[in-house]
Amino acid sequence: MTIRHHLSDQLLMAYAAGQLPEAFNLVVATHVSLCDECRSRLGAFDAVGGALMEEIDEIAMGEAALEAALSRIEGLPQATRAEPLKPAGIFPAPLADYIGGDLSAVRWQRIGGGVKQAILPTGPDASARLLYIPAGKAVPDHGHRGMELTLVLQGAFADDNARFDRGDVEIADEDLEHTPVALAGQDCICLAATDAPLRFRSMLPRLAQPLFRI
Amino acid sequence: MAKAEEGTDWAGLLIKVRDRQDKAAFAQLFRHFAPRVKGFLMKSGAGAALAEECAQDVMATLWQKAHLFDPARASVSTWVYTIARNKRIDALRKDRRAEPEELDWGPEPEPDQAEVMEAQEDTERLGQALAQLPAKQRALIERAFYGELSHSEIAAETGLPLGTIKSRIRLALDKLRHHMT
Repeated sequence: MTIRHHLSDQLLMAYAAGQLPEAFNLVVATHVSLCDECRSRLGAFDAVGGALMEEIDEIAMGEAALEAALSRIEGLPQATRAEPLKPAGIFPAPLADYIGGDLSAVRWQRIGGGVKQAILPTGPDASARLLYIPAGKAVPDHGHRGMELTLVLQGAFADDNARFDRGDVEIADEDLEHTPVALAGQDCICLAATDAPLRFRSMLPRLAQPLFRI
Repeated sequence: MAKAEEGTDWAGLLIKVRDRQDKAAFAQLFRHFAPRVKGFLMKSGAGAALAEECAQDVMATLWQKAHLFDPARASVSTWVYTIARNKRIDALRKDRRAEPEELDWGPEPEPDQAEVMEAQEDTERLGQALAQLPAKQRALIERAFYGELSHSEIAAETGLPLGTIKSRIRLALDKLRHHMT
């Protein structure tokens, strides 16, 4: 699998620093599960945390801290080396965890034109959802407030600028107004996260927006 | 840092913890890392009591999950940092944090000693690079990692020396590709 659209340095650094909203963490962890290159770049940003940890001003632990730690681990079983769990379906492990299974476990809501979505439970700073777009159909024309990440899990979509296949992530901000279309051949499934509600340019979806939270 | 600690083989100690449940090795890791984790958590806004408790949790996690440590991919300080960061998210934000899938295990259980050295050196090289940054850039990096910059501030901040960070660390892509095949 060749991934052409990657996470930005800023997103990887914010993830390494532990500063992303939960919904964005989910997209980053899912993309990194599919993308060696971003895993490697993330390693560099994690290492910044490690380097800071070496230089940080130490603050002494309480007097009996080491004894307490030693007696605590006395009773603690150590996990053993095991093959990591690889889900068989289209969802990498972090996403399968949120959904509680693979595609068959998703509870879709129809939002018109054959398009379906499933909102995932995350903290309030940003929202995450799965989108199901039938092959050949357009996602309603929309612009963005804030930032939106869209990660392809099955099929592909394209907008005026580029094509996105499985593993590719599109980073959209306020300046992007686009009309993504699911490509022919296979229905497209994406994980999308945004830190602001989307706004639609035509009237009807705008009215429906509060209802569907898209 | 005390002189006696320089050149300590932290990865070797952690592997003793992993393979032999070596308590003396654990104690040495604890004395070095627990006060650093506590310092990190207090800089991130935790009170002393909470930071102490979380540092204990971090060290217990190090004991329990030692098998997940891959010394060819990260130094011990980087690994401890990631555990401490996740503990901070649990304790202060109460968010759930999605983590990437673990990589498939490579064919050899014992890591290549040269790669282990490189991972350790990467962190040291990065530490030197951070120390040499202009004060303003270094302060920005620290603020980001101690939780004082939001993600949109990180995204908008053009003064972050992202290029410096990447050029100081070996991007172990070949090794990852090897794992994935």
